[in-house]
Amino acid sequence: MNYPVELQYSRDHEWLRMEDGIAVIGISDFAQSELGDVVFVNLPEVGDDTTAGEPFGDVESVKAVSDLVCPVTGTVCEINEELLDAPEKLNEDPYGTWIIKVENVTDTEDLLTAEQYEAECTH
Amino acid sequence: MSYVPSTPAQRQEMLRAVGLSSWRELYRDVPADMLLEGELDLPSGMSELEVGRAVSEMAEKNTRFSTILRGAGAYDHYIPALVKSIPAKEEFLTAYTPYQAEMSQGVLQSIFEYQTMICELTGMDVSNASVYDGATAAAEAAAMCRDRKCRVTLISGAAHPDVINTVRTYCYGTGDELRVVPVKDGRTDMDALREMLTAEIASFYVQQPNFFGLLEDCDALGELTHAAGALFVMGCNPISLGVLKTPRDCGADVAVGEGQPLGLPLGYGGPYLGFMATTNKHMRKLPGRIVGETVDAKGERCYVLSLQAREQHIRREKASSNICSNEALCALTASVYLAVMGPQGLKEAAEQCMAKSHYLMRGLTALPGVELVYTGPFFHEFVTSLPRQAEVLAALEQNGILGGLPVEGGVLWCATEKQSRAELDKAIAVVEEVLAK
Amino acid sequence: MKLIFEKSVPGRHCDLLPKCDVDPVELPEGFRRETVPALPELSEVDLARHYTELNHRVHGVNCGFYPLGSCTMKYNPRIDEDMAALPGFTGVHPLAGEKHTAGCREVLDTAAKYLCEITGMEGMTFQPAAGAHGEFTGVLLIKQYHASRGDTKRRKIIVPDSAHGTNPATAAMCGYEVVNIPSAPDGCVDLEALKAVLGEDTAGLMLTNPNTVGLFDENILEITRLVHEAGGLCYYDGANLNAVMGVVRPGDMGFDCIHMNLHKTFATPHGGGGPGACAVGCKAFLKEFLPHSALMDEPGHLQVRAFAGNFLVVVRALTYLLTLGREGIPEAAKNAVLNANYLMRRIQGSFEPAFDRICMHEFVLDLSEYKKETGVSALNVAKSLIDYGMHPPTMYFPMIVHEALMLEPTETESKETLDWAAEIFRELYELGKKDPDFMHNAPHQAQIARPDEVRAARQPVLRWQKG
Repeated sequence: MNYPVELQYSRDHEWLRMEDGIAVIGISDFAQSELGDVVFVNLPEVGDDTTAGEPFGDVESVKAVSDLVCPVTGTVCEINEELLDAPEKLNEDPYGTWIIKVENVTDTEDLLTAEQYEAECTH
Repeated sequence: MSYVPSTPAQRQEMLRAVGLSSWRELYRDVPADMLLEGELDLPSGMSELEVGRAVSEMAEKNTRFSTILRGAGAYDHYIPALVKSIPAKEEFLTAYTPYQAEMSQGVLQSIFEYQTMICELTGMDVSNASVYDGATAAAEAAAMCRDRKCRVTLISGAAHPDVINTVRTYCYGTGDELRVVPVKDGRTDMDALREMLTAEIASFYVQQPNFFGLLEDCDALGELTHAAGALFVMGCNPISLGVLKTPRDCGADVAVGEGQPLGLPLGYGGPYLGFMATTNKHMRKLPGRIVGETVDAKGERCYVLSLQAREQHIRREKASSNICSNEALCALTASVYLAVMGPQGLKEAAEQCMAKSHYLMRGLTALPGVELVYTGPFFHEFVTSLPRQAEVLAALEQNGILGGLPVEGGVLWCATEKQSRAELDKAIAVVEEVLAK
Repeated sequence: MKLIFEKSVPGRHCDLLPKCDVDPVELPEGFRRETVPALPELSEVDLARHYTELNHRVHGVNCGFYPLGSCTMKYNPRIDEDMAALPGFTGVHPLAGEKHTAGCREVLDTAAKYLCEITGMEGMTFQPAAGAHGEFTGVLLIKQYHASRGDTKRRKIIVPDSAHGTNPATAAMCGYEVVNIPSAPDGCVDLEALKAVLGEDTAGLMLTNPNTVGLFDENILEITRLVHEAGGLCYYDGANLNAVMGVVRPGDMGFDCIHMNLHKTFATPHGGGGPGACAVGCKAFLKEFLPHSALMDEPGHLQVRAFAGNFLVVVRALTYLLTLGREGIPEAAKNAVLNANYLMRRIQGSFEPAFDRICMHEFVLDLSEYKKETGVSALNVAKSLIDYGMHPPTMYFPMIVHEALMLEPTETESKETLDWAAEIFRELYELGKKDPDFMHNAPHQAQIARPDEVRAARQPVLRWQKG
């Protein structure tokens, strides 16, 4: 299992990276492995508001569905449309595959470092 | 008789094998004072011969009409022999939902073929495996069109009253609003619709042909609906699609309808079949079971229940619908019907529906005091005024003919490919005779 | 096997209709269909063989053992089919009027009377078309009841975490917030958990009894009393009624309304996924809220579908009720429970039951230890059963048991069948220890090998396309 140190993590298994004030969000390696083969991603629309700790979409595997929980409050400014045709990218490269980008970030959950998150997952 | 095969001696042996000495002990978790004392207030069980007699006697208490000129949501079409025999086969009949693809390929393939036929008929991209009936299909369509911002549903007042009431009930459930668009001259009032298409409207539903049998200008209704940013839902009569423009060509986002005309008997209202199809864009919002093609571990083509993450057993309270059992055997019946008819047979049936109903209309409206209530093209139903209505309908019934349905403003008549010219002539003659008295 | 479309030959057809004996009518411009639907073009013999070939690739309860837990796959008597095919029923127009449909009314009224007696209810509708549809109808009774009293603060429906997915989905369709309560370790309702969530916002509780692990909740009177004290109503999910019909009545357990799946308990066939039919019963004070058809009956009521429901399915159920009668109904229930206990004990010693006590009509095997030991999962055991011609049990339900296999043999299986089934489970138990790989790849002799469900969901192919 991989926990890149340059990222921050939420307890709901999303990773976050800030790029010029914009929050880039994806799911962790642990999350994708727990989910199994991802078959579809329900994405929000550009312009939708997000709230820290609230779902912004979900990911489907064959026999399960999991909420995607947003670690920040803000406005969706970009969605990764590539995922609509190739959801398997979340399995193949979870850290190289972002899901949404959020701007106007006004609030952020208490996030974990890679080390803390790894401890949480292996607990 | 309870269809229990084990003999009394075997049952005792089995009781002993589980370490019990009496039936009562099987129910030891049930509080004693809750157990039924004495017997149920039901008649004693019957032999098969007696049961056959008792139930047949009930059937005899219904009137059997040789000619049915009543439609209004349930239509008397010819049902080919093969369409009756295939769904009665023991395996199709007694299987459960095809959860185990490895032993259910027959059911799964038949549903896949059904989905394809519904897509062909409607021109849409994706069909589900069916819902309960045309009314619930309309209600499910309204639900799939709602999103966080647009919650209000519009329905044409010229839709079937049971459809309107069912959609209203589903809206009552979720606490969403339904608004009924007024009717003008037997059709959806276009000007009223334009006014009612506000920003909070999620979808507009129109029935084609409508409850009064008339053809709506669906192209124009669809354009209006889309211009306001709402989704356009059409409720279609499947036989009429043999000749009528497809909902896809009319711009529909969702096409639904009552599948009963496709080989299902009138049966006092059920079981019937709700069909439901949409565009690729809305595929993942479609409720109910959907069968998909894939390959097995050896690379062979096969079929499975697919896109299950939409459904209640996975999504629970977040599912958009709670449906699980549908009308699979009725969908199979409809597929066999469509396959037996083929493209030409379906067109022929539709054309004969039109020809026979227009013949009936001309015959009736030639009689004194009988006039078409609404003008404009119709498919196989029409409303006329009818003097001495009760008397005329009673006279028809005495002659083995179920006449049209009394509705506001007159009587709603229907004729299909099933009626011969002689039958229609007879009906017209009976009406003439009463009116001449 | 080829699809029906791949067998199509242009120009081939069946001759069914006579030539039109009246003048043709043209549709006006703008209304005409512009495309020909690609329906198959085949002769009757092609069609008969195609569907017979498909039919051979179906396993129905009348073909063999089908212990699919919570689905009550009992034998579907042929006489029920004969009765439902009587022209005196099939030819009746739903709007033919009371005078001409007295027989249909008698079927519905008689079936309603008997089912009220069996459940301890006082009102009954057959309008819903399936179990989930019945749940929707039942919870709408609860919603209307509270609304009629101006009691608008009741926003929550309580559902145990072991419930079938339809329960929470139904509550949501009725606009309620779903409150999931954890089950006690024995799978029954945790009274403390229930008390903790009850309050003046409680609209009702949805419950099955026997519950989803096949146990009768002995605290049932206390549970319904607590909900009533809080001002809520109690809804009985009749999925498991087969265990107790004629023995104990939901009405006497304190339930206010109930749904019954006629296609489970009352032996009507399931048709590969439907049509089912559902009866929803209620106590007298809820009768005024039962659904009615706007066109058949009178406007002003809710209605959950057109007309009177899946009538021809009710004919089958009534035939079954009349056949069993007052002696046969409890006899069926008792033998369903006996068969389940017998099968559970015969299997025990290999796979172990999740709850080692007397069960009702079904029981759950817990394979989590076995999986740890051998790597063989509940799924692998289920798939292996297919090679023996047995339909697998319900898998991975209820969710409170890991690696669950849920078996419901029903009363219509003989001792010989149960002995045979138990033997197969024991064989597989041993096989999994010796050759787990063989079971990972099961089935080996079925219609197909395991399907690629991931591919089906990632790249949906949901219809045939003309090549």
